[in-house]
Amino acid sequence: MKFLFAAYAATWLIHTCYMGTLARRFTQLRNQIKEIAERKS
Amino acid sequence: MKRLFPIFGAITTALLGFALYEALIAAPTEQTMGNVQRIFYYHVSSAWTAFILFAINFVASIVYLVKRSEKADVIALVGAEVGVVFCTVVLVTGPLWARPVWGIWWAPGDVRLTSTLVLWLIYVSYLILRRFSSSGQTPMIAAVLAVFGALDVPLVYFSIWFFRTQHPQPVIGDGGAIDPRMMHVLLLNWLAFSCFAALLCWARYRLEVLRRDVDETLALESLLEPRGSR
Amino acid sequence: MSLFSSITAASLAKDIRLEWRSKDAINSMLFFALLVVVVFSFSFDPNAEESRRIAGGLIWVAFLFAAVVALNQTWARELRNQVLDAYRVSPASANSLFLGKALGNFIFVCVLEALMTPLFILFYNLRALGPAWQLIPIAVLGTWAIVVNGTFFAALSIRTRSREIMLPLLLFPISIPALLAMVQGTAAVLGGEFSARFWIALLVTYDVVFTIASLFLFETVLHAE
Repeated sequence: MKFLFAAYAATWLIHTCYMGTLARRFTQLRNQIKEIAERKS
Repeated sequence: MKRLFPIFGAITTALLGFALYEALIAAPTEQTMGNVQRIFYYHVSSAWTAFILFAINFVASIVYLVKRSEKADVIALVGAEVGVVFCTVVLVTGPLWARPVWGIWWAPGDVRLTSTLVLWLIYVSYLILRRFSSSGQTPMIAAVLAVFGALDVPLVYFSIWFFRTQHPQPVIGDGGAIDPRMMHVLLLNWLAFSCFAALLCWARYRLEVLRRDVDETLALESLLEPRGSR
Repeated sequence: MSLFSSITAASLAKDIRLEWRSKDAINSMLFFALLVVVVFSFSFDPNAEESRRIAGGLIWVAFLFAAVVALNQTWARELRNQVLDAYRVSPASANSLFLGKALGNFIFVCVLEALMTPLFILFYNLRALGPAWQLIPIAVLGTWAIVVNGTFFAALSIRTRSREIMLPLLLFPISIPALLAMVQGTAAVLGGEFSARFWIALLVTYDVVFTIASLFLFETVLHAE
């Protein structure tokens, strides 16, 4: 049933997108921290 | 603490995988609806998880209003954000289940789905308010909005319920008793998704704390910088 | 008259006087509501039976949008003249300011409704098949529901970016039960098939809950700004 697979796929797509945004913001922050550390040293 | 995260992550992944297997293969096939009914395991478990997360937001908001604790504010934000993610899943899987079974994508009188939509709208507006307000007052204003939203929830439910009694509509979602074997699979999926939600909240919490630290550091930097040094 | 009600009355009288002189809010609301009615009348061309079913929704959507126009400028004057700072410092109860503002908005929107309703009756050939007197509690309670939350959320949005968009964004989701009650109640009265009594009871509950909540939390919001 394509609806069944669509529903399960959509669920994981949504979760993956959210995890992706979290990962992206983590890397952004890490870069910012590196910048600050470089400026201080 | 840090090593706990990957371990918990591994356990959660295993749980989710097992729950998925149970939902798709091991669980008995429903009589009338067929295999499409299996969406129910993801749909309902996500709904329960979302409601718990919103309840966490409500409690954290009240704690903030009483104690002005920054930790409570971060927990409120995390609860709302991850809650919206799970709520989105509910709103997407709902119509995908309704369409093959009842022939319609949406029924405005369906109490649960419509209430969930309004809940989603309220919390999305909460998140937008948090993004658009100046950081000094944000926790306070957001907490107040969360209280209003929570007060609204029973009213939303009743108003849509009465609407349905006046305008009878097909009920989307399970009707009546659930086979105990299906209940086990549902609870398993709920456990798996709750662990997953906990992971997401944990990560989001750490992200938010880190972000606030960085913002504070940057703000201090620009304050202490002598003028014209750029 | 107690101190609380005299401050409320003074604040209300000031707002009405200012509005009477400039007629800013009333004019913009009126024109906006008129535009909405005209645009709707082009989009829908209902016969009498259909219009009784949808008129409830149309009227309240028009009033809701027009009310937002008024609500958006609720605190604008106070902000411009640092009145809020003065209020924070004074011993006056914050709630009397809130009630004065809310009552002022309530009166403005009621005036709007009184002016627009005959127009609606005309445009859509409306005739109530049910007990028409029930429309009055529906209108009064419904308007208060929008206004009390609207005035509160207007205060919440004062220091946000895109203030004008923030207000409807916050107001509409939370108002959904009240909106549903208003629209369905009006449709019930016009159509005569169902009773509007439950909807009126829901509106009373909604109004009580959110008036108390607003009064409880307004002081907090005022001091947060």
